[in-house]
Amino acid sequence: MTSTPAASPPPRRSLGEKSSAEAASLALRKITNTVMLILCYAAALLGIVVLGCVLWFLASQGLRFINLTLFTRMPDAVNMGQGGMAQSILGTMVLLALASVIGLPLGILGGIYQVEAKGRFASTVRFFTDVLNGVPSIVVGIFVYAVYVYPTAQSIQKSGGSGSAYSAYAGGVALGIMMIPTVMRTTEEILRLVPFSMREASLGLGATRWRTMVSVVLPAARGGIITGVMLALARIAGETAPLLFTILGNDLLQTHPVHIAGKTVGVPTLNAPIDALPLRIYNYATSVYKEQQEQAWAGALVLITMILVLSIAARFATRSKVLEEK
Amino acid sequence: MTQMETAPDSSATAGLSMTPEVRAATTPATGAAPAPVKIKAAGVDFYYGEFKALQGITMDILERHITAMIGPSGCGKSTFLRTLNRMNDLIDGTRVEGSITLDGTDIYGKNVDVVHLRKRIGMVFQKPNPFPMSIYDNVAYGPRIHGLRNRKQLDEIVERTLKGAALWDEVKDKLKESAFALSGGQQQRLCIARTVAVQPDVILMDEPCSALDPNSTYRVEELMEELKTQYTIVIVTHNMQQAARVSDFTGFFFKGELIEFNTTNEMFTSPSKKATNDYIRGRFG
Repeated sequence: MTSTPAASPPPRRSLGEKSSAEAASLALRKITNTVMLILCYAAALLGIVVLGCVLWFLASQGLRFINLTLFTRMPDAVNMGQGGMAQSILGTMVLLALASVIGLPLGILGGIYQVEAKGRFASTVRFFTDVLNGVPSIVVGIFVYAVYVYPTAQSIQKSGGSGSAYSAYAGGVALGIMMIPTVMRTTEEILRLVPFSMREASLGLGATRWRTMVSVVLPAARGGIITGVMLALARIAGETAPLLFTILGNDLLQTHPVHIAGKTVGVPTLNAPIDALPLRIYNYATSVYKEQQEQAWAGALVLITMILVLSIAARFATRSKVLEEK
Repeated sequence: MTQMETAPDSSATAGLSMTPEVRAATTPATGAAPAPVKIKAAGVDFYYGEFKALQGITMDILERHITAMIGPSGCGKSTFLRTLNRMNDLIDGTRVEGSITLDGTDIYGKNVDVVHLRKRIGMVFQKPNPFPMSIYDNVAYGPRIHGLRNRKQLDEIVERTLKGAALWDEVKDKLKESAFALSGGQQQRLCIARTVAVQPDVILMDEPCSALDPNSTYRVEELMEELKTQYTIVIVTHNMQQAARVSDFTGFFFKGELIEFNTTNEMFTSPSKKATNDYIRGRFG
């Protein structure tokens, strides 16, 4: 036991007393804090303002050209003022459906693989998925042109068969490819959020891994996956570049009759050129005719409304209780 | 076939490997022949990568008895429990040495299918972890994954197991409601029912009451008493009073070793090791 004399405590000062060095340092810290806070607010605000400007500008230009004809009629070659873009809106929906047929199974199964599998191959796949996400959409368009459109055109020419190489199929494949990385990544991230204890419970009862995935993990993650899928759809709905090389565009929606349950229904022909909103907007916006320019504004407004609806629906898609509790 | 042949053999020799205390305490106290050995661990070492978490665990778990494992956090009791139904297989870089047999069959043997093993050795976890589905579907999940489709039989199993878990009266009118609507204690009893519904031989419980209030704990303990008439139960607990209340045998784990294993009565009245004594008197841990 060595008793050292306690160092005399620093003299008490009232809260208001500061040395000049302390006061200067405090002032500087306060200023830095305020400035950075303002910068953060400003950056956040700018994001909203830009979106607001785009929407306002589009609405102010396009709203007055929106009418029923736009949705019910196809382009009229004789009197452009009487035509609409029904075939573009329907075509975009057909393309989104086709893209989903390709993008959803590949994206979701791939996402499951990346969660369940460990090791080098899985991380390699993850890396390449990220690379695919960064591939410019025009390159995807050229790729589909090179591996599908051109060879198909050749074989149609050789065999003298019917059908077109530029087709809904080609466009659907291009958009489907664009969808895969987004869906795969969101699926993976959401599945990782499902508590491990839930998998354990299922495996502990003697369930296989696949059964555990299908019956327990996927249902728990359903809301999040739906959100991811909708955001992916919203993203590809506006893509123009992949369509330039693949669908050609069409002033009609080509259909063929199909007999279902005793009724004859017109079904969109998938191996024929098809139209899509972004492509129609691109073509009309560069047109010399005033009527077409006006319709381009209206079409752009319709497209962005579709995308907004998808995005908002994605926010409200059933979030699962399991993930919220975490 | 090999399983059938080895089973009686191992139970006959099991008494020899028991610690003398256990044999002495079980046989004369009850006056009956000792219960057959259900699970037999011999020299079990367990590694997480390079780290050796269990060292030479040898212990016999008797059929239709409750065996408790106590010890301070990180002593390896949960790890040992999870080696019994190969739950640790799910963790990368783990390794088991030594042997663990269920009715004489090596559970780490080549012919053993881990999916089937876990049907025989069920597990209840620390936190209640019902599935995000209805109460009914939670209980029916196990029978369904093992191929039962008959609606009537499923109804019957759900009712019987929920009654067995003392939960039927509380939930019989809301079987279709989400299991998350139940209280924590009810959820844990549901999880026990879910485990019982696949009719395992052994039920492993990993601190089943640590997330429950005293009243729910009491009900789960009552339930364990009932379950032991049909099932072999192994429970890990942090609560020494709980081990003393419910178990027939208690093992004390410390730093990856089984320090002492004896009847619960002996363990809590006259432990033979100083570390055991210190732990149950609350001197550490």
